[in-house]
Formats: sequence, structure tokens, C-alpha cells
Amino acid sequence: MATAAAGLGGLEALAARFRTCPVTGLKVDAAAETLIKVNAVAAVVFLAIGGLLGLLVALTRWQGVHLLGPDAFYLVLTAHGINVLLLWIIFFEVAVLYFASAVILNSRLAAPQMAWVAFVLMVSGALTVNWAVLQGDSSVMFTSYVPMQASPLFYLGLILFAVGALIACFVFFGTLVVAKEEKTYEGSIPLVTFGALTAAIIAVFTIASGAIILIPTLLWSLGYIRHIDSVLYKLVWWGMGHSSQQINVSAHVAVWYLIGALVLGAKPISEKVSRLAFFFYILFLQIASAHHMLVEPGLSAEWKVFNTSYAMYLAVLGSMIHGMTVPGAIEAAQRKRGFTNGIFEWLRKAPWDNPAFAGMFLSLVLFGFLGGISGVVLGAEQLNIMMHNTLYVPGHFHATVVAGTTLAFMAVTYLVLPLIFRREVMFPTLAKWQPYLFGIGAGGISLFMMGAGTLGVSRRHWDITFSDAALGFDYPGAAFLMLGLNGLFAILATVGGALYVVITVASVLFGERVGPEGPKTPISAAPAAVTAEAVGKYGSAGTLHLPGTYVLITVFFVAFVLYYFVNWKYLSELWPMG
Amino acid sequence: MAVQPPEARLWWNEPVARGELVWVAVAFLWGVVMFVMMIWWHLEGRQNLSTEVYRIDPEVFRSRVEAFVEQHKVGEEGTTGIPIARVPPGGDAYMLGRLWEWWPVLELEKGKTYRLHLSSLDWQHGFSLQPVNMNIQVHPGIEHVLTITPTEAGVFSVVCNEFCGVGHHQMTGRIRVVEPGKGG
Repeated sequence: MATAAAGLGGLEALAARFRTCPVTGLKVDAAAETLIKVNAVAAVVFLAIGGLLGLLVALTRWQGVHLLGPDAFYLVLTAHGINVLLLWIIFFEVAVLYFASAVILNSRLAAPQMAWVAFVLMVSGALTVNWAVLQGDSSVMFTSYVPMQASPLFYLGLILFAVGALIACFVFFGTLVVAKEEKTYEGSIPLVTFGALTAAIIAVFTIASGAIILIPTLLWSLGYIRHIDSVLYKLVWWGMGHSSQQINVSAHVAVWYLIGALVLGAKPISEKVSRLAFFFYILFLQIASAHHMLVEPGLSAEWKVFNTSYAMYLAVLGSMIHGMTVPGAIEAAQRKRGFTNGIFEWLRKAPWDNPAFAGMFLSLVLFGFLGGISGVVLGAEQLNIMMHNTLYVPGHFHATVVAGTTLAFMAVTYLVLPLIFRREVMFPTLAKWQPYLFGIGAGGISLFMMGAGTLGVSRRHWDITFSDAALGFDYPGAAFLMLGLNGLFAILATVGGALYVVITVASVLFGERVGPEGPKTPISAAPAAVTAEAVGKYGSAGTLHLPGTYVLITVFFVAFVLYYFVNWKYLSELWPMG
Repeated sequence: MAVQPPEARLWWNEPVARGELVWVAVAFLWGVVMFVMMIWWHLEGRQNLSTEVYRIDPEVFRSRVEAFVEQHKVGEEGTTGIPIARVPPGGDAYMLGRLWEWWPVLELEKGKTYRLHLSSLDWQHGFSLQPVNMNIQVHPGIEHVLTITPTEAGVFSVVCNEFCGVGHHQMTGRIRVVEPGKGG
């Protein structure tokens, strides 16, 4: 400490004020706590806006309702993508980064002033891009493919937001350095922090890709650059667009481990394997740009096969590993807590009425079965011919980003409220139902959009009856049914999402303050004594007999293999082409 | 717990449980199978995307398509005024995408193989052949030559499935596939 006290860092260390968390015993830096709060609040605001816009989209695509006109539809669809896929998720991720560094490592946050600069930049960028879209001349969709052009403010807003996010990543890296220097923890960083580090490293790559393509595009929209190559734009843009989804995966897997740890005292069954799985993400996820270019002219088949498979599916291997180690850690912890009967007592008697746990487990299952399998099928080079730009694509990524990431972030909010905001969760009965409503809604949206996509329905399309088109076409009746069901499940998801916003906002503003003895509703599903015992020994206390997890992953694997080959069968029935 | 540093200082030396190792091995091998599947389909499968691609000025492509239509026009599609071009079996067929139509209507024979030239005159478009459900991205300035073989007769639609502005949902086209020798 004597050496660290020299210079600016030392002054900040003196200024940092800590409190001790009554539940976890962690030291919480006041500056970190405030920054976690403001970023989480901004996230929830943009979720509320973007989520409602999503409902309008679903109600328009439900042909029987067909709510919006074409101009409004394309505007709302653009705004929906930006507000939820970008703003909600990245604001929340910044909160996760600060939590996983300063709070979990017992450290002060490095350079809180820079974290505030980051926040202000992100908010200004968010407002600018939304303003540009609302003007009506930037309905270019989230992807803004050239040569279609948005107003300069659209690109400027995205750049401001990205710069802010980049600064936030460096505050996170700085905090890791500070914690190491000031020896706030022993040994290696915890797994959750490791996962957050993975997310932050991928974020730097992602934002660099964004800068490389968005800055020239801004200059092009201002008239300083004459031409931007449309294939090159996509290649680099998706270096941002797809990699940013890998930030989400890393962040929400870290959140799964976090919730398992806090609620059940779960430990990773093997630190080595879980960390290796995260490391695969860093090495291979970035090349996923190819997933969006499989039916693009001008790229070789070799390039497509290597890149779309993340170099022989090594990043998929990472996710399949987490798909076993997360439920495995939970099973081990539950068995340690005494739920040892049969194969599934640990799962049956899991704390399903705890919204943090329920949301986390639903997120795990929906992400794996719906999002994971569909993503790999969609990313197989030739299978993509049957799916590219159909509703199958949004079906897939609503399973990953909504049922996966968003639901995981909602779940962890039920821990953040008492631990960071120090407020009791209001409306506990509604909170119990919230993850189920949202999870089932999001799962339905994903499934029925994938169904419509399998029937050929185009994404980002206002009118599948083609009533104004010179040459008409009729999609099969089942496609209309799928879009109707999609609308119904979107309503369900909206109810779940609205409950989340209401519960969160009400708890933050009016919730009963958590006293020094900790929250009334216990965070942990087990009595404290047992929790302490459960974390006693490395490897979840030697209970590595995990029959339930083996059954679950076997079911998953069989579903995966069958669905994969069924799609090749469908492909073989298409018109031959080469 | 996952929120605490690993208990064993040398956590990378801890043994891995057998069940976990088995799953890692199974997942890895499955990845290899899926990787090989794509390569194998290039060798044995009949649905692969052509990599025959040329840079082309959109104006040049437009004049080629117009010359093609002039040479092969056999009528107009209903009352729309859109020309129908009957492509000689085994010949070159052209279709352009622009705001907001696929042009012209093509007439092909079932079971014959054609070279289909696709490009866009303005923005990106999506060539989505329905109800077959084959989807190909189309860029301005790039001519993509696909070899296709219709396997069934009937009227097929081309829907644009890349967002291209406010008339996107009106952008359609048509391919008519007739029995051999029954062109119309």
C-alpha cells in the first residue's frame, strides 16, 4: 500500500469509500456502486423503450393485426434493434464489468472520473442515434448496409456510444490492475471475473471493428468519401455486429456462474475446463463475421467453411462445455446441500420460486436448445442457403439475445437490487412469475419466427400478403399462423418485460432499504451455514457424481444431432445449384 | 464459489473429472463431424453456392440484361407489362434487382441447367426463391453467376429479402418453370 499510495492512484485510493456487504462480506467501493447503478438504470430505460418497439413490430407482422404502416414499421424496427440489441445490453454489460471487477475483487474502481466520461458519452451517443432514427431519414435497420445511407447523426451517435463503451472496458482493465497491485485478492481472479474479462477483451476487438467501418461510413455520409465497398462493409461491420453478440455470451455465461454461486454456493466443477471454455471464445469468436456472408458473392468456399465454423467449431465447443459445467456445478451444489435422491431431486427441489435462479436456469436451457442449436445450423455454409435473411435469423438471435442474455440479466437484477441498490425487491409474488412469463414469451417468439423462416418468410418485411406488389405471391397458410403465434408470445414477453421494468423501477425508488443485517428475502437458497460448507472444498465438495447433468446433456446432444441432419435432408431436396 | 479466487493456487494442475473429459471429447468430435460435413457437401452435395463472380458496372449489367430481354422476349407477364424471357435450355439467364423489382420474368424448362446471372443496379437486395426457399444476397457492382437446375414445373416467386427501403415489401419477381418442350 505504501508504494501504491504514490501518485494519483494513491489519492484515489484514499478517496475511495468502502462499505462491507452484509451478505457476501465483500467490500463495495462507493464510486463503483454509483456507477453500477447509473449504468443499470440507463439499461432498463432503453430496455423499456426498445421492448415496446419490439411489440409494435410483432403486432405489425401479425398479418391479422398489421398495426403500423410501412414507413413507421421500418422506422420502429430500426429503433427496436438499436435500443435493445445495442443500448440495453451494453449499458447492462458495463454495470456487469464494474461489478465483476471492483465488487468481486474487493477493490476500488480505477479512474471513476473516466467511468463517468464513458457514461456521458454512451448516453449522448444513445440519444443522438435515437434522434436520428426518429427524424425518419435513417430507417436503415440496425445493420445500415451500404449503399443505403442514413443521416450522419446516425453514424455519429453509434461512434460516440462505442467510444464510451471502450473507455468503460479500459476502466475495467484498470480495475483489474489496481486490484492486483493492491493485493485485494489472493491467487487468480475468480471465474466470474474471468468471464467478464473475456467479454471485455472481445469488446475491444468489437469496438475497433466498429470504428474501422463506421468512421469511413460517417465521412461517406458527409460526402468526404465517394464509395464504400458493400461486401467489405459487411465483413468489417459484422466484426462488430456478431462479435458484440459474443460479448453477450461471455457476459451472460459469467452471470450464470455468478447466480449459481450466490444462490446455491455452486463452484465450477473444474476451474481449468471452465476457463479454457472462455479462452476459446477469445480465440475464435471474432471470425463469426462469416456467419452473415455465407450466401454472399465474392468470398471463397474455403474462407466460408473455416470462418463460419469458428475454426472447426472450437468456440461452439466452448459453449457446449459451459452447457455442461453450469448445470453440473448446480447439481453438485444441490447434492452437497442434501438433495441426493434419484437422478433429478436436485433439479426438482431447486429454488424455482427464486426469480434469480429460475431466470438463470430458463436462460441456460433456452439459450442452449433454441439459440445454440439453431445458430450452428444457420451457420453451416450450405444450410444457410435455406435460411439467409428469412425470419429464421431473428428467430435464432431472439433465442440467444432475448431468451439467453436478456433473461440472464433480468435474473441477476434480483440479486443486484438487494446487494447493490440495497433495496428489497418489491412485489415478490409478481417477481416469482416474471422470469417464466418473459422466458416462455421469448422462447415462443424465437420458435415461431424460426418456424416462419423455415417456410421462407422474409425478415424485415412489412407485408407478406404482397398486396401492393406488381407480381403477387402467397406464403403458405402456416406462415400466417406462425406470425400470429409470434404476436401472441410477443405480448406474453412484453407482459414479462413490463413486470421486470415495474418491479425494478419501483424497488429502486420505493423499495424498503436493506438494513445492516442483510435483505429479508435471503439471497441464498440455503441456510448460511450450509452455504459456507458447500464452498468449503474445491470442485463442489467432491460430489462429482452428476447423473442428472449427464442425462440433460445427452438429451441436448441427441436433439442437436437429429436437427442438424434433418436440415441437410431438406437441403438435398432443393434445386441443384453450383 | 465462482465469485472467489480458485481455492487451489495451482488450479491448472487439478485433475479434471472423467465425465467432464468425456463430454469435452464428444463435443470436440461432433465439431469435427460438422466441419467435415460442409467439405463433404462441396464434393458430393448438389446444393453449393457458386463462386463465379465478376466486378461489373451497374450500367453495363443493365444494358446486358436489356439486350438479353430483347433477344429472348416471348411475351409479357399478365397486364403488368413486365417482359417474359424464355431462356434456351442450358443458356445464360439474366435477372437484375432494383428499387423495387426483380426484372425480367424468366421462363425455364424443368430438368435443364442454366447459368443465372444476378446483380443489383442500386442497393443490396436479397434473391429469395419461393416456395423453394433458396436465398442469395445480391450486391451492386458484382455479377454472380449461379448454375441452377429447376426440378419441378410451376410458377415460382422471387421475393426481396434484404431490406431496401420503403418499397421493399413490393419487390417481387417471377420464374416460370415449364415441362420440357412446352414453353409458352
